[in-house]
Amino acid sequence: MIIAFTLNGKPVTARVLTPVSLLDVLRDQLELSGSKNACDQGECGSCSIVLDGAVVCSCLVMAADVEGSEVTTVEGVASGGVLNAVQEAMHAAGAVQCGFCTPGIVVAATDLFETNPTPSRTEIKEALAGNICRCTGYGAIVRALEEITGEVS
Amino acid sequence: MTTTRTARTPTQVAGGVGESTLRPDGIAKLLGEFDYAQDLRAENMLWGATTRSPHARARIVSIDIAPALAIGGVHAVLTAKDVPGRALFGLEHSDQPVLASVETRYWGEPVAVVAAEDEDTARRAAAAVGVEYEVLDPLVDPLVAEAQNEVFRRMRIRRGDQEAEGTVVVEGHYEVGMQDQAPLGTEAGLAVPDGHGGVDLYATSQFVHIDHSQVVASLGLRPEQVRAHPTGIGGAFGAREDVNLHIHLCMLALHTSQPVKMVYDRAESFTGHVHRHPARMWYRHHADEDGRLIRVEARVVLDGGAYASTTSAVLANACYFAVGPYRCDSVTIDGVGTRTNNPPCGAMRGFGAVQVCVGYEAQMDKLSAELGISPLELRKRNALATGDHMPTTGQAIETPMPVADVIDSLSAMPLPDPRDEAQLPGGSGLTTDRDQVIRGVGYALGIKNLGFSEGSDDYAVARVRLTEDGAVVETAAIEVGQGLVTVLAQIARSALGVSRAEVRHVDTSQIGSAGSTSASRQTQISGGATLEASQRLRDRILERHEGDDLTDQGVLRAGEVAVPMAVLTAEGWEETVTFRHPPTEPSDENGQGVVHADFAMAGHRAVVDVDPELGLVTVVRIDTAQDVGRALNPESVRGQIEGGILQGVGLAVMEELIMDGGVIKNSTFTDYLLPTILDAPDVEALLIEQDGSWGPFGAKGVGEPPTISSTAAVIAAIRDATGKEIDRAPVRPQDIAL
Repeated sequence: MIIAFTLNGKPVTARVLTPVSLLDVLRDQLELSGSKNACDQGECGSCSIVLDGAVVCSCLVMAADVEGSEVTTVEGVASGGVLNAVQEAMHAAGAVQCGFCTPGIVVAATDLFETNPTPSRTEIKEALAGNICRCTGYGAIVRALEEITGEVS
Repeated sequence: MTTTRTARTPTQVAGGVGESTLRPDGIAKLLGEFDYAQDLRAENMLWGATTRSPHARARIVSIDIAPALAIGGVHAVLTAKDVPGRALFGLEHSDQPVLASVETRYWGEPVAVVAAEDEDTARRAAAAVGVEYEVLDPLVDPLVAEAQNEVFRRMRIRRGDQEAEGTVVVEGHYEVGMQDQAPLGTEAGLAVPDGHGGVDLYATSQFVHIDHSQVVASLGLRPEQVRAHPTGIGGAFGAREDVNLHIHLCMLALHTSQPVKMVYDRAESFTGHVHRHPARMWYRHHADEDGRLIRVEARVVLDGGAYASTTSAVLANACYFAVGPYRCDSVTIDGVGTRTNNPPCGAMRGFGAVQVCVGYEAQMDKLSAELGISPLELRKRNALATGDHMPTTGQAIETPMPVADVIDSLSAMPLPDPRDEAQLPGGSGLTTDRDQVIRGVGYALGIKNLGFSEGSDDYAVARVRLTEDGAVVETAAIEVGQGLVTVLAQIARSALGVSRAEVRHVDTSQIGSAGSTSASRQTQISGGATLEASQRLRDRILERHEGDDLTDQGVLRAGEVAVPMAVLTAEGWEETVTFRHPPTEPSDENGQGVVHADFAMAGHRAVVDVDPELGLVTVVRIDTAQDVGRALNPESVRGQIEGGILQGVGLAVMEELIMDGGVIKNSTFTDYLLPTILDAPDVEALLIEQDGSWGPFGAKGVGEPPTISSTAAVIAAIRDATGKEIDRAPVRPQDIAL
């Protein structure tokens, strides 16, 4: 079947012949490799995207189910290669090491600030509880996000 | 984060050493534009997959590739008889079959590899390979293996009076479980045939030159026919020192004459790389009435699993650091690394020093309790210092060894406030009765070598060029996320006096080896090569142009620009340097000698809240002081400290591969638990900077010390909270509640 949905603000179509995840379609067919596959079962958050307003693991979403939906990936959070406030803060705080978890954290944190512009430290941690980072120990990520004030996008 | 500094300050150049320069690859990573090995593609690319043994030990009766070949879209199915060159590989000893043909020795061992037009087809074909096994009884108990002399190495350390006795003697048995590095990026790679019988390999790695030599040997090629390229790596922590898919990918690419990509899934990754050695230890410590160590005796058993990997070196490390950073003149250590049918174990951050720290620090706390001397005071009375001799090898310590400073720093750091309701053990799900929660505080110190030891010819090559883009550092040293790509540029800036500098990774045909990104060594060793190349380049330029300073503007003479930078870059200046650390030697039959090039140590204070009824633990806070020599990029050092501590916390309270008859029972992220942001303690780090190391600007490696003693500190804090004699890592709920 052919599915049509909105990806990072633009209409796209994809051919879905097998029970394939949205993550695989994004990475293999639509060649947006920013979303990462690290566990393939929704535990690590490396593939986090925003689907119709909610942060989800794209490895757990069947591609066929996104017909007509709006999807935002890490490639869609910044415009024209300019970092948004979350990305800027993470860069400045040294919150990126290997970076494999980074796209998922950018997506989840951007969504947090869009819905709650002044999150507490606990709210920041709860919003990122589904994103595993193996390098940083999370300290720099928390420090980065605590620095953000005002609009993120 | 604060710093105590007695080290010198180098020349000030924008973006030079001492600044927390931002990562040059950070923006691409934040935008999702950074290419990891998983993201590589090539025209006409096939996908590879691996057929693995479902048994920990079995004889291979027959292999039938026909059913796999019959699947549409399958281009190749290769087995051991298709390995053109050396049938075995290995990091230190070549004992591991590229593909098993006679007997499989661990669960998940590769038996065949396939290439097909898409990933699903490749995986279906791998599953369709018909392997008939005769299942054999696996040898999974390391003590039985030792009794049968199935060992990779035995270590024996004898130093000082072997009859010495203390007035106080404490004894204990300790155990450390098998930890996984769990880098977020699984094993992945792309091999591209060059059309002339050679191949280009882009794969996850910590050491491309060793991958190159192993691919060359097993493919029977000439060295110049294989080029191993550094590529984007999603973490490593030791998991990427050994070859896994590298030879397979190159075999498939050359066999099909097409590019072949392979990406392990998470379950495969758990069998596709080595793990931290599980350990069993026995210790007996003797002290005098003042708490001074009189004698330390220990026995250390590490299970190396099915193949050698780095077991010999890990075992040596465990034994050399089995006393910790303490003075002692009477030492007896016996160690053994066993060969079993468990998964192969090898390098993981801390490399043997982590396991023994769990043992010797528990012993120090037992002495402390027995003598009524506080844990920190007891440790201070035994603190190693520069000028002392290592308690195990007898080696004189010539570089900074600020053990007493670390202890003083820890004791001066404020303790956290009473518990935060949001951080109750078990989370905020009302599982814990808050009135039952007990707070505990524990301390631990750790020590480890930096760089390769025991007479290894440990070197790194770096090339520094002056180009229109500024100074360019060329290296094959692998960036796995730790920030080498930042720090080498900083070193070049400070040494050259030029503020524009960048690091370019080049393949094995373009530059000599940088050695492995392991042993906390690249900042010191590739950094040392970068420093020396930059200094020589600057000296040559100034000599040629009779200048007295080099800046962004060019060569200065009497404060005026005499030769503009554009003229210099057109002259094509470059300098290549091979840097070696001070020589080491293998130890003698008693484990004595100048075995190590340098050391680093750190201390941790852990604060935990424990629910003794449910056996749940929240690690509230970890304070640390670390011997860093000189922090070339303080925020990067802090990132290493915080990340390393959390891996230590993981080993303390949740991370363990559960084995059953050689089979890993929890090879998913659902079942192998990793610390999340809610498990991460607050961390306060104090960097202790002292001159005297041979690293660039006095820098020491910083990656491993955070992981060594953080585990032991958390366990000590749980003991403090519960009063229980907890003797293992990780500490499980049943160890507390039952």
